[in-house]
Amino acid sequence: MDGLDSLKSKYLESIASAADESALEDLRLAAVGKKGEVSLKMRELGKMTPEERQVAGPALNALKNEINSALAAKKEALGDAALDERLRTEWIDVSLTGRPRRQGTIHPVSQVTEEVIAIFADLGYSVAEGPQIESDYYNFDALNLAPEHPARQEHDTFYMHREEGDNRPPHVLRTHTSPVQIRYMEKHGVPCRIIAPGRVYRADYDQTHTPMFHQYEGLCIDKDVSMANLKWTLEEFCRAFFQVDGIELRFRASHFPFTEPSAEVDIRCSWKGGQLKLGEGDDWMEILGSGMVHPKVLQAAGVDPDQWQGFAFGMGIDRIAMLKYGMPDLRAFFDSDLRWLRHYGFSALDMPTMHGGICG
Amino acid sequence: MKFTLSWLKEHLETDAPLNEILYALTDLGLEVEEVVNPMDTLAAFTVAHVQTAEKHPDADRLKVCQVETDDGVKQIVCGAPNARAGIRVVLAKPGVYVPGIDTTIGIGKIRGVESFGMMASEREMELSDEHDGIIELEGEPEVGSRFVDYLAQHSPDKIDPMIEVAITPNRPDALGVRGIARDLAARGIGVLKPEPEAEIKGAFKSDINVNIDDDVLEKGCPLFAGRLIRGVKNGPSPHWLQARLKAIGLRPISILVDITNLFTFEYNRPLHVFDADVVKGDLRVHFAQGGETLMALDDKEYTFEPGMMAISDDNGVESIAGIMGGLPSGCTNETVNVFIESAYWDPITVAATGRKLKANSDARYRFERGVDPAFTLGGLDLATAMILELCGGEASEMVVAGEVPDTTRQYPLDTDRVQSLVGMTISADEQVRTLEALGFVVDGDQVTPPTWRPDVLGPADLVEEIARVASLTKLEGVPMARSGQGVAKPILTPMQKREAMARRTVAALGYNECVTYSFIDKTSAELFGGGGDAVMLGNPISADMSHMRPSLLPGLLAAAARNQARGFADLALFEVGPVFHGGEPEEQEVLATGLLVGHTGPRDPHGARRAVDAYDAKADAEAVLSAISAPEKLMVLRGANSWWHPGRSGKLSLGPKNVLAGFGEIHPKVLKAMGVKGPAVAFAVHIAKPPFPKKKSATRAALETSDFQVVDRDFAFVVDDTVEALALLNAAKGADKALIAEASVFDQFTGDRAEAQMGVGKKSIAITVRLQPKDATLTEKDIEAVSAKIVEKVTKATGGVLRS
Repeated sequence: MDGLDSLKSKYLESIASAADESALEDLRLAAVGKKGEVSLKMRELGKMTPEERQVAGPALNALKNEINSALAAKKEALGDAALDERLRTEWIDVSLTGRPRRQGTIHPVSQVTEEVIAIFADLGYSVAEGPQIESDYYNFDALNLAPEHPARQEHDTFYMHREEGDNRPPHVLRTHTSPVQIRYMEKHGVPCRIIAPGRVYRADYDQTHTPMFHQYEGLCIDKDVSMANLKWTLEEFCRAFFQVDGIELRFRASHFPFTEPSAEVDIRCSWKGGQLKLGEGDDWMEILGSGMVHPKVLQAAGVDPDQWQGFAFGMGIDRIAMLKYGMPDLRAFFDSDLRWLRHYGFSALDMPTMHGGICG
Repeated sequence: MKFTLSWLKEHLETDAPLNEILYALTDLGLEVEEVVNPMDTLAAFTVAHVQTAEKHPDADRLKVCQVETDDGVKQIVCGAPNARAGIRVVLAKPGVYVPGIDTTIGIGKIRGVESFGMMASEREMELSDEHDGIIELEGEPEVGSRFVDYLAQHSPDKIDPMIEVAITPNRPDALGVRGIARDLAARGIGVLKPEPEAEIKGAFKSDINVNIDDDVLEKGCPLFAGRLIRGVKNGPSPHWLQARLKAIGLRPISILVDITNLFTFEYNRPLHVFDADVVKGDLRVHFAQGGETLMALDDKEYTFEPGMMAISDDNGVESIAGIMGGLPSGCTNETVNVFIESAYWDPITVAATGRKLKANSDARYRFERGVDPAFTLGGLDLATAMILELCGGEASEMVVAGEVPDTTRQYPLDTDRVQSLVGMTISADEQVRTLEALGFVVDGDQVTPPTWRPDVLGPADLVEEIARVASLTKLEGVPMARSGQGVAKPILTPMQKREAMARRTVAALGYNECVTYSFIDKTSAELFGGGGDAVMLGNPISADMSHMRPSLLPGLLAAAARNQARGFADLALFEVGPVFHGGEPEEQEVLATGLLVGHTGPRDPHGARRAVDAYDAKADAEAVLSAISAPEKLMVLRGANSWWHPGRSGKLSLGPKNVLAGFGEIHPKVLKAMGVKGPAVAFAVHIAKPPFPKKKSATRAALETSDFQVVDRDFAFVVDDTVEALALLNAAKGADKALIAEASVFDQFTGDRAEAQMGVGKKSIAITVRLQPKDATLTEKDIEAVSAKIVEKVTKATGGVLRS
């Protein structure tokens, strides 16, 4: 088998210098196609003696493989070169904006409500709810606020229209979340630990008052729950909610008809440079009202006050949102200004959890 | 409730500094709201001496003074007519804040002449209204000494700190200075001085007698007492009395009237004085017949309704009982004979009358909270003594109708209760001491509250008093045990989870959450099927907020209009919140409503922007329903409510009655009425309506997949243009329920060009059907067979024919 070496060098050189894929195909046909030179030589193997065949066969196979490999390699190289050439012309202005996608937001009231729920869930509280158009009984009477009680006048109550001939006292828009205490204990009994967030209404309007705002009620009833437990609970809440370890609360005697003793709760803060900082400074800011549930309230809910006792408190959700996130004006909460919603809103996936943190 | 420090000290022996008193007040539950302490506001004013005063070269009424101060001689330009050499004056140096003109003094030029300070008038320092000239100090106070020290010596009432406290409704006793002093004494801030007493020996029988109608005696007025004082000389009150009233913002009127005001604030004992010469016959306390009128002391005419409590004489009604006297029988400077009234009025009756008449007074405020019934007669005597002292005259015997109501009651004192209820350790002795200091009578374990504490109505109130006086500030938090062991249990109800899921799903779809008011204006409410009387507020804060909303859309549309006015045309707003179908508590429902306005996004270089349409709203409604696990297969119905576009809206419904969501374009008339520039589309999901899953297990059904090749086949049908795509798809799916995995519309061809091709009233709908064999790979024959079946079914259901 002479000439294999020259055949090899001829084709390998031609392949290496092939200009494009069609030239390469021509070379493939000429070399290893059905009638190609290498193929023709392989046909001659049949005429050889076994001894000759033993030498020539492997040599031819090796040549064929080598040419095939060279063809494949060259084909890939040509392809890469062609792709590079095409990509060189493909160019976009990557500084252009992406296709616009709307970004939704969660309102701070919803976010803070979920933060509150997450913290109290960790303390074993469940969430209770009640209607916003509320009967006079649940909003006042059952909470030890008799019709003539002067404290009623301080509630700036919205009354619903009452048809002539309907002699029930007019329903009210609940002035606080406290009626949920009664409704919950009536239905589920005690012991209990609940919070009740939601909308409440009072006829008042200025920078810090809107006729609708949000509150949450806390209620914890058991055999031996004390006001000291209340203080601890509120301290724990404030620490977790405001993410400030040095939170300090001060109880101050006050009066609410539905608790006895009653306390207003102040939080230590400073206003240095107009900037509110909690847990430091010499100022105290009132943040909530609380107390031990009045025996008459327990009675109204069908709970024996000689057996059970506990605490209740009410906190403004919008208010603690303002303190934590720094919105200056309550009225803006309900104005739906897109700029405000985007600036103070939260991502849809930013669920407050105790393990992930409750700071939006 | 306002009072001054010196007034307090008439009842409280104390050397405690003001700050300590203020802290104790707030801590006791008598929250300090304001303190005006001239010692602070005037501390920087100093004494100066005018050496010379020359006429200003360029102004006739100004003088250029050389004034000796502790910083040397200064030039000051002054406009006061009395500015002259030799007088000692009060100086505000540059940098001193002058409260009466709300200005901080600077160095300035007045008509070209430099001036280094100001010489002050009384008004400029808010000491009085006096502004005729600058203050001329008496004696020779040292130049540079503090003006407040001069005041302390010469007119201490002018530097008397005024304190205002907020009194909670349960503490009527603290609406008198003496009650406040008693609280402070119990806290250990000084000692309560003995209660003043006066014994009046009547020199004659009163010409005017008092009677209480039987029905009033039972309920409204158990005790009415009075006394005639003859020969008084009324007129302006002495300086101390005027100063006291002025300090708390009351206008001095005359001695007789001022004394009644003094007693109101000093002892929580409102009184009234009648000009006895105007009163005709006896005074009678009665319920009004209705229709009587009275011109009261506030110069307003009141008309009584039946059952209101009044005091009348033979002339008719002379006073609104417990609230306000009448103008005709009121005392004047000419009054010579006065009848002074001291009564105990029932809080509820006074409150009811006052509320109906809209008559407010310091007396009403106190009677409806509860004055001390036992002090009715003692207060009358004390006031009589003061009138005799200040106005002279001669007092009659007391006339009394009814008797002092007996409010005696006893509650057991359990000294362990403070520990168990509050969590404070206070010794039994200290508890008893506290109660006694507040006027409670402790006898063994039985405690009788004082007559001035109508709020104490049970053992828990005793605990409150003890804890309050001991100071709740000292309360230390005590940890609570966790309510259960181990990992906390989930606490949200399925509905609560659903609400949160709906909210976050809509936000994830790119909507901004709003919280809008629950009450809206009537017109908007009516546009959305509400606005009836049942959901109307009796006392709305404004006409914009008069009716409870029937839908979340009016609030969102109004928000959209506001944002459009601010230059934001493309909006995606949503709210998850309550709507009110009626005026009863149970007629409240939570909805999740989204509103899209304008375009899908801002203008962009990719041509992605397009106007929003009903299918955007539909997709989002379906996403919310899916997120809250509503059933997948819902009916799509027409005939949505009137605020939707009649042709471009629909309902997603579980059966024909149970509508879970509405979606579509907002009706153009509604948009116009709400002032929103369209297009605007919306959805509203009734998130409570989809049934909650019954099974408790978290296990899902097994996933069934097939390894055989899926086949997709497309069909285009020509149908009447009123045929709905869903009918076509349902028919196609029905051709072979086992084999057809999915069918969906991928194109529709409608409009003039479609009609030109396919005939008037026709359109084309193209669907794709996915075949998923489960047992063997489909042959061409199988596919042909099912295709033919699909065409047959569609034709039968919709009259559609395969488009050639």
